[in-house]
Amino acid sequence: MSAILAVRNLEKTFGSLVAARDITVSVPAEQTVGVIGANGAGKTTFINMITGHLTPSKGSIWFEDKEITGQPSREITRLGISRSFQVAQVFPSLTVFENMCIAAAIARRRGGIFGNIVTPVHSPAATAEAEATIELFQIGRYREIIASALPQGVRKLLDIGMAVVGWPRLLLLDEPTSGISIEEKFDLMKVAMSALRSRKITVLFVEHDMEIVTRFADRVLAFYDGTVIADGTPTQTLSNPQVQELISGVRLKTSVKKPGNA
Amino acid sequence: MSGRGQLVGGLMFLFATAAAPLLPDWIVSLATVALANALVVLGLVVLWRAGLVSFGQAIYYCIGAYAVALTARWTGFRDAFALVVIGGVAAGLVAALIGFLLARYREIFFAMLSLALSMILYGVLVKTESLGSTDGFSVATPTFLGFAPHRDTLGLSLYWLTLGVDAVCAVLISAYFRSVAGALAAPIRDNEIRVEFLGVSVASVVHAKVVISGILGGLGGALAALTIGHVDPNMSYWTTSGGFVFVTILAGASSVAAAFVGSLAYEAVRSFAFDLMPQLWQMTLGSVLLLTILFLPNGLGSLVSRVKRREEVKS
Amino acid sequence: MLTSFAILTDGLVYAAYLFIVAIGLTLIFGVMKILNVAHGSFYAFGAYGAATAVGIYANADWPAALGFLFMLVLAMTIGLVMGIILERGLLRQVYGKDEVITVLVTYATFLILEDVIVLLWGPQSYAAYQPMVSAGNIEIGGLVLSNYDILLVAIAAALALLAYWSLKFTRYGWLLTTVIFDRETAAAFGVNVTLIYTVTFIIGAVLGALGGAVMAPKIAVTLGIGVEVIVLAFAVVAIGGMGSIEGALVGALIVGICRAAAVHLVPQLELFVIYGVMALVLVVRPYGLFVRAQPRKI
Repeated sequence: MSAILAVRNLEKTFGSLVAARDITVSVPAEQTVGVIGANGAGKTTFINMITGHLTPSKGSIWFEDKEITGQPSREITRLGISRSFQVAQVFPSLTVFENMCIAAAIARRRGGIFGNIVTPVHSPAATAEAEATIELFQIGRYREIIASALPQGVRKLLDIGMAVVGWPRLLLLDEPTSGISIEEKFDLMKVAMSALRSRKITVLFVEHDMEIVTRFADRVLAFYDGTVIADGTPTQTLSNPQVQELISGVRLKTSVKKPGNA
Repeated sequence: MSGRGQLVGGLMFLFATAAAPLLPDWIVSLATVALANALVVLGLVVLWRAGLVSFGQAIYYCIGAYAVALTARWTGFRDAFALVVIGGVAAGLVAALIGFLLARYREIFFAMLSLALSMILYGVLVKTESLGSTDGFSVATPTFLGFAPHRDTLGLSLYWLTLGVDAVCAVLISAYFRSVAGALAAPIRDNEIRVEFLGVSVASVVHAKVVISGILGGLGGALAALTIGHVDPNMSYWTTSGGFVFVTILAGASSVAAAFVGSLAYEAVRSFAFDLMPQLWQMTLGSVLLLTILFLPNGLGSLVSRVKRREEVKS
Repeated sequence: MLTSFAILTDGLVYAAYLFIVAIGLTLIFGVMKILNVAHGSFYAFGAYGAATAVGIYANADWPAALGFLFMLVLAMTIGLVMGIILERGLLRQVYGKDEVITVLVTYATFLILEDVIVLLWGPQSYAAYQPMVSAGNIEIGGLVLSNYDILLVAIAAALALLAYWSLKFTRYGWLLTTVIFDRETAAAFGVNVTLIYTVTFIIGAVLGALGGAVMAPKIAVTLGIGVEVIVLAFAVVAIGGMGSIEGALVGALIVGICRAAAVHLVPQLELFVIYGVMALVLVVRPYGLFVRAQPRKI
């Protein structure tokens, strides 16, 4: 297989609004790709097309050399593409363990019309997967806590864990550190990224924090006005003058005059 | 059901089976109706767990009842077992049909649409002269696999039949609650969108729940029709649905057993209230409901879980 | 031709009755997000109160117009008192709880109040037909219409105009609209939501009682009238959209005309038509004709 994910000439218009324009990207397996860009630049549209929640107006999407353009999102999840959310989407009235169990059981359910009914939810296999994933994301001490009572960082890790308990090969992370305090962002990403790397999952993550992107991405895609304006290593992309002008800003080197008798 | 729960359930079943011949007829009759109604309540519990309340569950109850009555009337076929199955299937088919519509809605709109549908059936039945209009008509005495019981033992036969159907449904629904589909109730109630993103069609899971609740409602209606011996359009009226919802509140949705205990408790309270002050039994009922909602929002079932939790903490 | 005219007039009269009853219900739901089953009780109490009032003034031999006014005022006062008692005493306990739980509380209240009626007025029926009789009849285009029915339509129209004017041009109306739209934001802007809730509920109760009072001369005031009304009012409000007053108006007209058509053309379908229309509308517009679904943000 050449690339685990390939999009060719992808385009999406909503009436007269062009949300995505001529996007061609190829992602090799196990790469971690950061996706940056201002709000409204087309990042979420891009992700939604890959996960099947939006059908592209033009172009094609290929996953593991099979075309998946226009497939419904349920089918795409089954094929091995998963996503997590900017605002963590968990089940607030269930414990962390129950959250993970239900996700694991769903991932392992038998097919057919009655698949849901014949698969037990607390099967040994599902519970083992749930336990393993909880440990992998280091949230074991919150195992019996109701999800609505979790601190924000743990909730995010649970969200990502639930997306990953079914062993997807491609994971799309929508702003994993949004809503997390600055001190905790790095720790969160360290835990999440090492967990994802250990399962050899290809990751695309949307981020606004350039330091996080620099630290954790192998490659960075910069979006502006619906197209990809830069594609390279973090250093390459972030030093691209267009990217600096439109997205990340320029690092100012300046000296600070001390106040006093100057 | 846990192992201990299964044991308790089994014992209660045996007790209920054996105790009946020793009890006076009117208690057996009351219990039979209560146990038949309990199936409808069980159907409501299935929906309640997913955050769905049906204000029109009586439609399945009514369909089950009329299916039994009409089959007996038009074909002369009177086998109780077969009639009950026919009632369940008829209601299940209707549930499958209207489920396509209902599964798109939640909360108040699910409740109100189900209300409207049950009232449509009511309206049709009331205006249909050939079915007796508001008076309804009577149900022929059933036979049991060819055996026509004596009038004295008819009540007990129906009681044991109802108990048997209840037991089978209890076991099946408990198994359902342990499956993915059953366990998805809380996640659907909490965060449907996430369930969809995990790859599950929420609409089809909800549709299945509607069908299951419909079958249960139909079975209950069929058994009630055989026991009461009469069917009328009131079985689809909104106050009948309200009664089932009332019991669901009383019992809580925590377990399968809750439906049966709740239904028996309701029949007891209703008879008691009716005896004590026949003019004011609605007030009594309303007050009990109010108190339950305000102080025991998870129904009587929550009392049981509170006791259990206290035991766990102590030990 | 005569039939179409009859359908139209019957439909309008029925629509007027539905609107008067439904407007209180939709108002309470729109503002407080509470589906008030006890609205049927307001109606019933209004009707019984009206019957009592008619009994009083008929015996005392007052002029018809004064008697009618007295009837309305008495009923509305009953509604006012009931509204205050229910809102203060009961509803306050359940604000913020699940929508369905609140509905069940109002359902329980309705059950209790049904029997309170028996306690106060006994199980017998009452007649309050005097206003209807004294209003007399009029002949239009070959049909004999009761002046009282015309009055009913006029009252409904006046109510609709009053509601429209209040919402658009008074301060209370604006505050109400903000709370209907987004309670949290309204509260954040300093709107006294608790007060709005209380006032709205009382208005809804008064309107419900008013509905009962104006209908009393046309019906037999007996046990169970609240039950019928509640289901009809729900249907109207569901068609129009919960919380929408123009929806209640349009819903009432649709249901009124459809029912009148059924009664004149295919009487068997009378009950079916009302709920059939509701089911049909909900299929196409899940939240009613005038309400949009709120999308969820993630």
